[in-house]
Formats: sequence, structure tokens, C-alpha cells
Amino acid sequence: MSLRKSHELHQRRFGRNLGVGLVLAAFIVIIFGLTVVKVSGSNFGAANQEVQN
Amino acid sequence: MTDASFNASTATTRAYTNEAGFGDYFSLLKPRVMSLVVFTAMVGLLAAPVPIHPFVGFCAILFIAIGGGASGALNMWWDADIDRVMKRTRNRAVPAGRVEPGEALALGLALSGLSVIMLGLATNWFAAAFLAFTIFFYVVVYTVWLKRLTPQNIVIGGAAGAFPPVIGWVAATGTMTLEPWLMFALTFMWTPPHFWALALFMRSDYDDAGVPMLTVTHGRYATRWHILVYSILLAILAVGTAFSGIGGPIYLVVALVLNAMFLRGAWQIARRNEEDSEADNFKVERGFFKLSLLYLFLHFGAILAEALLKPYGLGGWS
Repeated sequence: MSLRKSHELHQRRFGRNLGVGLVLAAFIVIIFGLTVVKVSGSNFGAANQEVQN
Repeated sequence: MTDASFNASTATTRAYTNEAGFGDYFSLLKPRVMSLVVFTAMVGLLAAPVPIHPFVGFCAILFIAIGGGASGALNMWWDADIDRVMKRTRNRAVPAGRVEPGEALALGLALSGLSVIMLGLATNWFAAAFLAFTIFFYVVVYTVWLKRLTPQNIVIGGAAGAFPPVIGWVAATGTMTLEPWLMFALTFMWTPPHFWALALFMRSDYDDAGVPMLTVTHGRYATRWHILVYSILLAILAVGTAFSGIGGPIYLVVALVLNAMFLRGAWQIARRNEEDSEADNFKVERGFFKLSLLYLFLHFGAILAEALLKPYGLGGWS
């Protein structure tokens, strides 16, 4: 018999941890996506050209 | 085992079984209100005459929604005492004891800061300042200051709910014109009749909580006529918007039909007395409330349709 019997409370805590984990992962994706868009955007390109000139 | 240790153990078990899940924290953000914020902010963003990168647009709407959710969490923190009294709200996470008030406060403050900064970085700081002002207005001006002070609380609170399309527009353009304020005015004028209809058939809730709703302070007869007056003003504004830069023939048809139905409902409410309403369990008031949800959704839907058809030469009057 297992000594670490799973309780409904453990499932709820796991759900909470999973939720926080997914939110953090989504936040990373958003930051990365925004960085790509901003860096490859026309404003950045224009500024870059100015520096090169 | 002594009685004291048994009681302590029972209390601990109860505390654990009442522990919040992820959904309880999410519910602090008032997801249903957030869906309205998402939709109206999206219409504001897409109706703007300046194209925006789809990913930036998505992020802008997301951060506006998170800002709206943050103000909802702060509202639940402050209003936990009256939420505990009202039937409609007593099962919310804070009054039900699943989330501590301090946790709601911390979540609200953290998400407020995050949403404002991220919106500023993703779009522009003008839009971020508007979002910060909206959160301040909803939490401090409406929730803390005026909600428990004046029967015009709903009118003032409506302004906070009306800002998202303006923020969406500013996020796309970085500037301000008349059109976003027409969308603001539409939601602002729509809020009082929508909530007063709800207050007519949820009266005892507001009575018990001591919130000075118009039904409590000025009586139900006055509330019925207030609904009619606001509906007339709303109809003039809604139909007039058809001839602005965000209107067009589709919007005009939608506005004419919906406002005729809305005015008819408001007139029926004004003409009814309490005996009539009690007899059919507020059938007309409940119907008007449901219609009001459809009313706002279809008006903004029509604005969106006009905006999306413009690139094909079909939207608007030109």
C-alpha cells in the first residue's frame, strides 16, 4: 500500500502550479514574439540605417 | 487525542479543503466583464484607420484585458464585505473564504503594473497612460469613493467600462479623435439602463448590502423613468454615430432596429407598475436586460463590420 496517498488537495495544488507554469510560459512567448516584431519592424530598420549612415 | 488537538486538526482540514485552485484566482479577474473589455477594445483597435501588426494588436488587447481583470480583482478586494451579503456575489472567491483579501489585493496591484508597462512597451505610452487612468478610475473613483456614496454610482462606473475601445484606438494610432469617444459614449450611456434593469429584479440584494442603487434611494418608479430617459439619449447617440467615420449603412440599419426595440422595452418598463412586474416575475425587465447585452454586442459588431469591409470599398459611406 502506498504511503503517499493522493488527496483531492494534491490535485488542486498541481492544477494551480500547472496554471502558473503555463501563464509564465505564455508570458515568455509574448515577450519573445514582441521582441521579434519590434526588432524586425520598420522603425527599427530605419534607426539601424541611420546608425550605418 | 485531546479535544483541543482534535478541534485544531478539524480546523486545519477545513482550511486545506477550502484552499483556492487556479480557477479561483482567475475568477478574481471577472472573466465575463473581461470578455466585454476584449471585444470592445478589439473593435476600437480594428476600427482605427492605422494598420497595426497582428501580434502587437493581439498583445495590446491582451494587456488591456489583463488591466481590466486587475481592476476587477481590486474591486473584489475592496467590496468583499458587500459581496458577502449579496446572493449574487456571496460565492465569489474572497467572500467564500477561498482567497484571502490580501491575495486579491496583491494580484490586482501586480497585474495592474504589469499590464500598463507591457501595453506601453508593446504599443505606446499614451495608451498605457489611458489604461492606468482607467484602472485608477474604476478602483479609486468608482469602487472606493462613489459606489457607496451616490445613486449615480452606475452612471460614473459606466465610464470605466467605456474606456477600452478608446485605449484600443489609441494603441493603434497613438492619437485621439472624435470616433473613439463616440464608442466610449455608446457604452457609457448604455450602462445605466442595463444595470438599472438588473437592479429592478435584484432589488433585495442591493437593499441588503446597503448600496445606494437608484431603486433603493429614489424608488422603483423613478428608476423605471430613468431607464426610459437614458434609453432615449442613448438612441439619439447610437443612431447619430452612424453618420460618423466609424458608421455606415450596415451600422445604421442595426442601430435603427435595435434602438426601436430598446425604446419599446424601456417604454414598457416605464409604464408598468410593481403589481404587473411581480405578477409575471419581472418578465419585461428580464427581457430588457437580455436585450441590452445583445444591443451592445451588435452595435460594436456593426462598427467592426464597417471597419473590416472598408479595404474592399464596402464599409462606411464612401
